[in-house]
Amino acid sequence: MTFLKKIQWDALLMPLVGLVLTLLAWQLVSGRVTPQTQADGTVEEVKSGLIQDLPGPLQTWEKTKKYIVEPFAKREELDQGVLRFTWYSLVIVGKGYAIALILGTPLGFLLGLSKNFSKMFDPIIQVLRPVSPLAWMPLGVVIFANSGKSANELAALFTIAVCAMWPTVLNTAVGVRAIPQDYLNVARVLKLSRTKTLFRIMIPATLPYMFTGYRLSLGIAWLVIVAVEMLTGRIGIGNFLWNEYNNGLYTSIVLCILTIGLVGYVLDRGMSLLERRFKSAV
Amino acid sequence: MPFLVLSGISKAFGAPGARTEVLRDVSLTVEKGEFVAIVGYSGSGKTTLLNMISGLLRPDSGTVTLNDLEITGPGPDRGVVFQNYSLLPWLTVAENIALAVDQLFPNWSAAKRAQHVDHHIAMVNLSHARDRRPSELSGGMRQRVSVARALAMDPQILLLDEPLGALDALTRATLQDEISRICRESGKTVVLITNDPDEGIMMADRIVPLSAGPGATLGPSIAVDLARPRDRKALNHDPRFKEIRSRVVSWLLGEGGRPAVSVSRKLVLPDIEPEDLNVPRPLIGGRRQPRRRSEERRETVEIPS
Repeated sequence: MTFLKKIQWDALLMPLVGLVLTLLAWQLVSGRVTPQTQADGTVEEVKSGLIQDLPGPLQTWEKTKKYIVEPFAKREELDQGVLRFTWYSLVIVGKGYAIALILGTPLGFLLGLSKNFSKMFDPIIQVLRPVSPLAWMPLGVVIFANSGKSANELAALFTIAVCAMWPTVLNTAVGVRAIPQDYLNVARVLKLSRTKTLFRIMIPATLPYMFTGYRLSLGIAWLVIVAVEMLTGRIGIGNFLWNEYNNGLYTSIVLCILTIGLVGYVLDRGMSLLERRFKSAV
Repeated sequence: MPFLVLSGISKAFGAPGARTEVLRDVSLTVEKGEFVAIVGYSGSGKTTLLNMISGLLRPDSGTVTLNDLEITGPGPDRGVVFQNYSLLPWLTVAENIALAVDQLFPNWSAAKRAQHVDHHIAMVNLSHARDRRPSELSGGMRQRVSVARALAMDPQILLLDEPLGALDALTRATLQDEISRICRESGKTVVLITNDPDEGIMMADRIVPLSAGPGATLGPSIAVDLARPRDRKALNHDPRFKEIRSRVVSWLLGEGGRPAVSVSRKLVLPDIEPEDLNVPRPLIGGRRQPRRRSEERRETVEIPS
């Protein structure tokens, strides 16, 4: 019994209540399709409900079951399990994200270390930062137009990297500026070389900030992938969503939205666990 | 021959035009092996003075020499124990000390360096905590690690910047005894900065009071000729202790005290006008305006030190 008491029922129950309420509301506003036998004997589907074309939860489950129960199945190029599509997307996000971190971290360090560098490039960064992925994408396509088969992939990577880089850049810069003078004094008293000061003092001291940036960047990278896949037609979860929209299969859209949300949530949780590990170390 | 010499040190901070002079013409000599305590008010420039010995700051005028060599920058020959410990939080106790040891004695074998680290951890009685991080230690333990790190550098002089300022009174007392014992055993020259005259008398061979800023200067040296080890309980009744204490305190409160500051400010007098209620006045538009509209006066107040 003590074990049962230890579980915080509120923490478990309340989200469930919220979920049920949301599903109910969804059911209420969604449309229904009811087959009706006409006077002349033909069967016609009659739509009814508040938002006629929005599929309800049950309908979504029934129509998209095959994508969920066999999440890694590959039936045809455009007919695969939902996690298989997600996997394709994750791979490209991973690559673009890696590029963003590799470019963004040193850039952030330079901004944090040098006042002049910061004065020179901070305004440009502030202007480029709010640009939407949809705006970068065509530029990426143009830049990599001549790269043959991999043009699409390179354009996608370019867009993800360019959009996801900024939180890393800015947080790293803030972290470098926030290194306590005490730590730097220790380095000065010990006469640590520049490289040693960087690797033994500055990078460890900045890590918590860097990881906050990395977490935000991953969130953006995952946002960008859907737009990128819609525009380039790369196979993936965003592309699946777009195809199903064009095919008029609205239940799949709902499935994709839920999948994208869940995957984004899992990624964010994972990063925040990592982040906390580094925070507690400091 | 004096070991550490400060001659005519001045230092000011701030933008040109609005500079505040922190130290004015400070001179001090410290002999080898001596333990000197500089006692002064908070914010009087004690840390600035110490930072110029450590080389983290350069004086505007005057020179600091150690062993006849002018100090132009920080270096490991001067071990500093900072006020806020300055331990690197991502390293364990042993790693913090090893960072210094590995940097300063690269020619030693790894075993010898590790042994040197462990020796200094044992010296401050922290062997049981060698693999803990600073966040898992109490303030007193952190400061002991900081002392161990400074001594492990085998410096020519040890600079203690209000090392016990952030600790509670009891931990403070224990650590005072412990640090003075360690310093005596190591035979190092020590400069201690503190705002507590008792702490200076407990630990040092000589006390130099620093006057209140701005433009702080050093007062006369007062030798602490009390036998060591000093027993805290017995000392409270020692007439010599009381005498030294009263000399330090009276210089700090008298000559070295804050100069009286007078502040003058603008005062707005209240708009009050006496009115004769017996004079009949018309119901509408009859109220007269006060003749003195917010009259201003200047007032000068002297703030005692």
